[in-house]
Amino acid sequence: MEKGNGCCFSIMASSATIIIFLIGITLVVCRVLYAMYWSSKPLRKRAPQPVSTLVVLGSGGHTAEMLNLLSVLQKDRFSPRIYIAAATDNMSLQKARLFENSLADETGVRAVKTAQFLQIYRSREVGQSYITSVWTTLLAIVHALQLMIKIRPQVIICNGPGTCIPLCAIAFLFKVIGIRWSSIFYVESIARVKRLSLSGLLLYKLRIADEFFVQWPQLQRKYPRAHYVGCLM
Amino acid sequence: MGDTENGEKARKTVFVTVGTTLFDALVRAVDSLEVKQELLKRGYTHLVIQMGRGSYTPTKYGGEDGSLAVDFFTFSSSIADYLRSASLVISHAGSGSIFETLRLGKPLIVVVNEDLMDNHQIELAEELAERKHLYCARPQTLHQTIESMDLESLLPYPPGDAMPVAKLINQFLGFPDD
Repeated sequence: MEKGNGCCFSIMASSATIIIFLIGITLVVCRVLYAMYWSSKPLRKRAPQPVSTLVVLGSGGHTAEMLNLLSVLQKDRFSPRIYIAAATDNMSLQKARLFENSLADETGVRAVKTAQFLQIYRSREVGQSYITSVWTTLLAIVHALQLMIKIRPQVIICNGPGTCIPLCAIAFLFKVIGIRWSSIFYVESIARVKRLSLSGLLLYKLRIADEFFVQWPQLQRKYPRAHYVGCLM
Repeated sequence: MGDTENGEKARKTVFVTVGTTLFDALVRAVDSLEVKQELLKRGYTHLVIQMGRGSYTPTKYGGEDGSLAVDFFTFSSSIADYLRSASLVISHAGSGSIFETLRLGKPLIVVVNEDLMDNHQIELAEELAERKHLYCARPQTLHQTIESMDLESLLPYPPGDAMPVAKLINQFLGFPDD
């Protein structure tokens, strides 16, 4: 009798575990779909308060395009601004510093208060072997997580290349878990006329980007959820 | 500016730039006899090459006997000054160099690097060539492009505008329009 009970219990326990597990999975999937669905919707609440803004800098041409965009965004709305660039790219942060200093000269507000400059490990450098890049990718993800927990930006603006992917993925994870609902804006580089970059394609297909901008009409025809905005340069 | 009445020919410089990396095929092409001859025919007097990390070194030449004067350097922090003083720019297909040159209103030939993997840079150069803002060439066809180009037919590039993006971002976040 006791033996039979125990057996019954273990069956019940295991089926209960399976049911709880399935419910759990369903909840997670629902939450992910919920996040995906609402991601592309404009914020319902008006945002009269300034929003903390994470600016992910690419390199060379990418950085130039980004600074062009920042120069027309209202600085009092997008504040404070946190700039992130790859640890191997010194030029981009330097250009961002110059940009912020020129703003500070105009307004008289010291840049230290409104801007922050950070570097992030890259998962893979050009020419690095695939075996060592497993380790460096892990390191890059941990580092990105650490930074994102600290920053928790309300707005992320990026325009490729790869540096922005771990940051955007973590931001999406934060949306799913409910830590922070950030709005992610991706501007595809002007150099992309007919095909999206890998970063762009990922953020578009996985619906991680809330709004996706392209600079050539051909691309908008191919990717209808994108906004065609004309050339930034 | 160009007070060159005392016998000396007006200086017309061609500036060649490969950007932050290297592009030996381009440096070799502009240093070739056929390209230099076409440039001379077109009235250019000086050729200045920014050659980057490339291993092919062109020959410097003073240009005393009326041939093209050739000079080169690896990198410089004042590329903008070279662009400004040039009468013609021959550039790699990087978007930074392309738009910097177009904004200065300089005639531009973009030479596409066919050795690059995943060469999406061709797209931009060809699109802008189709819109008649520049000429697009390959290293081996550069001399033909110089021979046949008509700089008068190039259209000025209208400066870009980031306002549409800024407007959409503001709308999305619920900021009122100005």
